[in-house]
Amino acid sequence: MKTLRFLLEKEFKQIKRDRFLPKIIFIVPILQLLILPFAANFEMKNINLSIIDNDHSVYSQRLVNKILSSGYFKLTDVSSGYDESLTSIESNESDIIVEIPNGFEKELGREGKTELFIAANAINGTKGGLGSSYLGNIIQHFNNEMGYGHSWPGGITLRHLFNPHLNYKNYMVPGIMVFLLTLIGGFISALNIVSEKEKGTIEQINVSPLPKSLFLLSKLIPFWIIGFILLTIGATIAWLIYGLVPVGSFGTIYLFAAIYLIAFTGFGLAISSISSNQQQAMFTAFFFIIIFALMSGLFTPINSMPEWAQKITLFNPIRYFIEVMRMVYLKGSQLSDLKEYFFIVCLFALFFNVLAILGYRKNH
Amino acid sequence: MLGVQIAHITKTYRDIQALHDVSLSIGEGELFGLIGPDGAGKTTLFRILTTLILPDGGSASVCGLDVVKDWKEIRKRVGYMPGRFSLYQYLSVEENLTFFATVFHTTVKENYDLIRDIYVQIETFKKRRAGKLSGGMKQKLALCCALIHRPDVLFLDEPTTGVDPVSRVEFWNILDRLKKQGITILVSTPYMDEASRCDRISLMRSGKCLSIDTPDNIRKSFKKPLLAVQADNMYTLLRDVRKWTGTYSCYAFGDSHHLTLKDDTSNTGMLKSYLEGKGYHKILIKAIEPSVEDCFMELGDNV
Repeated sequence: MKTLRFLLEKEFKQIKRDRFLPKIIFIVPILQLLILPFAANFEMKNINLSIIDNDHSVYSQRLVNKILSSGYFKLTDVSSGYDESLTSIESNESDIIVEIPNGFEKELGREGKTELFIAANAINGTKGGLGSSYLGNIIQHFNNEMGYGHSWPGGITLRHLFNPHLNYKNYMVPGIMVFLLTLIGGFISALNIVSEKEKGTIEQINVSPLPKSLFLLSKLIPFWIIGFILLTIGATIAWLIYGLVPVGSFGTIYLFAAIYLIAFTGFGLAISSISSNQQQAMFTAFFFIIIFALMSGLFTPINSMPEWAQKITLFNPIRYFIEVMRMVYLKGSQLSDLKEYFFIVCLFALFFNVLAILGYRKNH
Repeated sequence: MLGVQIAHITKTYRDIQALHDVSLSIGEGELFGLIGPDGAGKTTLFRILTTLILPDGGSASVCGLDVVKDWKEIRKRVGYMPGRFSLYQYLSVEENLTFFATVFHTTVKENYDLIRDIYVQIETFKKRRAGKLSGGMKQKLALCCALIHRPDVLFLDEPTTGVDPVSRVEFWNILDRLKKQGITILVSTPYMDEASRCDRISLMRSGKCLSIDTPDNIRKSFKKPLLAVQADNMYTLLRDVRKWTGTYSCYAFGDSHHLTLKDDTSNTGMLKSYLEGKGYHKILIKAIEPSVEDCFMELGDNV
């Protein structure tokens, strides 16, 4: 026990005195948390709109005003015909064309329904798709206001559960916190152990009677503790900057984080056992973490992936913890709701650590 | 039969044979030197003896303990100073020492008498980070750390490589004192001039122990006449001397070439006239006593 205390003391001194590491560990993640949620925003603003108003009536004017006042669209030009409008799409000036037919007001007044023509540039699929669905919504509102809303029975009402304003930051921040823990647990721990190999200090440890398990433990515990500190900083930033507090309990989050960190420090350890210098460790860790991150549902929803890719995400530990964080933060899920997830994360922790131990056995 | 016993050890890395049937017997309290150039297999032998790697064949024991079976016990009894400085750069002199004492379940205080002579020389820098020490200081600190648990056998892998001549002499003086304390020391070095400081030496080359004896006996085993030759153009001289009929071998040694004669029938006069005929001036030829390096070069010829 005394030896372990000394080993830990040494680890913390080393981390503290490294010119680079403390910055990487603390400043970079905080910056990520401050910048990424704003940048990785799926809300589409400034969709360029080209309008062809063939009607020039009060109604058509109202509709145009309503569309523009929504804040999502920016009027690029008002054209006199479809061909002219198409040129502006071709030259990439506008993303969506709305054509209001001649007799729009008359027909709407007489028959209670009419037709609008919407054409979207699908080169930027997200912009086109989101733009036309925003338009659909606005037009429906317009219908309701004008009293034509009941042309189809019931109509559609949309309510976004758990994130009523569809605020993407609420969605991103818990995910980014997971990503931070992954980097600390997986990346920095791998680099730390490999640097002992590189500098030869591990030789001195190896010729001593110090049990290898104790040495590895002294490598894991600091990153475990740093992970907790980062999680706490992350949660504080989420609260201060984004006003985000978990609906569920912090206890659940920290419990998951504890096991998740064990899993990823095991991952880092496994990588360090197969690499002999920091470059190798860096690239190996980078390779896996990039794949894990892109397939985690952090940036793109897993449901929209092709089926084979969805199956691959089943083997992605980041995916599970991100889902857990989102559920606890936004939905208030309890540990009893997350039993399955808990089991899976434990399994990953076991898997990576067994891999690490095997790696170190073989090396000796 | 304590000390270090090595019997028919072999070790191969992929297609390179690092050790080739090496057998050595080092007595308790002996200061034993492994002399050889880079790549002779010295470090590999050290790593086997300190239980860092396993031999492919043969057996070895340290303090009567088998390096394969009793590796755990051996690690408590030996001190190892690798060739490359491998202490924690970010820890201070003092912290490194305390750290290694703890790892070996002891304290600096307990064994301070053993390292006192060395430690006082670096004590003024005890708050300085190990990475910021000079080369000689680093070696002294590394030696302190290797000694802190009072090992029975000390393995020093090229402790004086990259250290200035004054510090090298100092370092060997320290080893002498440690020997008096009864510690068995196995030290490797590429410097032939350090060989005379050892009780016995083994000349190593290409994974083989070529000759094992005291430095004096090794020198005496050099039977052929040896000459030191100098002239105005040293560069072409080496080539021309090698072409001479009476030459057995000739190597460049600092300021002169060392020439081994085939037998006593050829003499200095004949060489001098041969060289004069080649147009050399300021020719200086004298008979010399063989050094360990001469013996080493000669052994190389026989391989």
